[in-house]
Amino acid sequence: MGLLDRIALRKGEPDAPDAATAVAVDPVFATKALRKFLTCLTSRESPVLLDLGPVVGSNVSFFGEQFGCKILVEDIFSDLDRHIRDAKIAELPAFLTSRFSHLSGAVDGILCWDIFDYLQRPAAQALADQLTRVLRPEGALLGFFGTAPAPGARYTKYIIVDEIHLKYRSYAAARARQPVLLNRDIIRLFSSLRVSDSFLLKNNLREILFRKPA
Amino acid sequence: MWKRDEAVRPASGQPTAAPQPHVPASAGAPGPRSESTRSMEKDIVNIGKSVVIKGELNGSEDLTIEGHVEGTIQLRDHVLTIGPNGRIKAQVFAKSVIVLGEVTGNVTASDKVDIRDNGSVDGDIVSPRVAIAEGAHFRGAVDMQRKGVAPAQPKPGTAPQPAAAAPQGAAPAAAAPAGQRVGA
Repeated sequence: MGLLDRIALRKGEPDAPDAATAVAVDPVFATKALRKFLTCLTSRESPVLLDLGPVVGSNVSFFGEQFGCKILVEDIFSDLDRHIRDAKIAELPAFLTSRFSHLSGAVDGILCWDIFDYLQRPAAQALADQLTRVLRPEGALLGFFGTAPAPGARYTKYIIVDEIHLKYRSYAAARARQPVLLNRDIIRLFSSLRVSDSFLLKNNLREILFRKPA
Repeated sequence: MWKRDEAVRPASGQPTAAPQPHVPASAGAPGPRSESTRSMEKDIVNIGKSVVIKGELNGSEDLTIEGHVEGTIQLRDHVLTIGPNGRIKAQVFAKSVIVLGEVTGNVTASDKVDIRDNGSVDGDIVSPRVAIAEGAHFRGAVDMQRKGVAPAQPKPGTAPQPAAAAPQGAAPAAAAPAGQRVGA
């Protein structure tokens, strides 16, 4: 049997991976706020970016190589999981209060992703206070907030495809999303920041970009 | 006639390395002679699983660590590989660092840091190129700026450069574009 015959046979195999099914795993959604966040970030040379999600290699390359950012990766989702696993969730607010050793005003931009959807009020407030502290004046904070209850205990990794698209990759979580935060609850959490932009996407996600007043 | 030739020919087809007494002192689990010869030919040194080193480790050849090292590792012009069994608590300086095991400490590479699947780094990374695989663990800071070279800062919106290829078929337009601006 010749090489071409063998290739033709392989293509006909039922188990051969199909391009369409291979890529259908992670959906891609539009993002309106990321570009604005980047604009805020790149107004400074060598900006410092704090990422509260799990490390994503391509995101690190995106911010590091294209925008010259110094990226600080602090995976709060894994902290939350650890506290739930160890039955120490009551200690989470105190933990978050002492979690960030960064100097006040040392960070130019913060990517919260959707961490606040998974925190109860005391922990959320402790985290918001710390983020407000480490953010420099005129710095930007980007958060995603669900507007409808989501079933199941899943976190989402947000993988940057480009400035206007994010790929959503879900993975197992120790806790489901908490009750939906209303707009006023979100604004109260970050009472020292001002809302710069807010977008409600068709996938029921609200993207809110905060700026710290000068 | 042919049999006589084969008897003196080395198995790899390369000229036989002269028998050298120098075997890496740190090779904790010496394998068969043919293996150590092969590793010498490739100029790669192994630190075996059972080896524990505390102090300063300097070298001028590529190094693979499967054991435990605490202190400082300096391979300025060479590749350092932390194998799946490697456990490092050290400041690392190398040309290129590949992590399959665990590193606690800051890593500085003049070329690239590559954290593979199941690799773990707790510490800050300074390198112009950083690759972190899905399934890798990392906590710390990443600084990818070349010293003395201003980073390229494209203006967002002028020329979007995809960081990862958008999957074909998962059309973003169909997913949910057109965010409705509702906020302040």
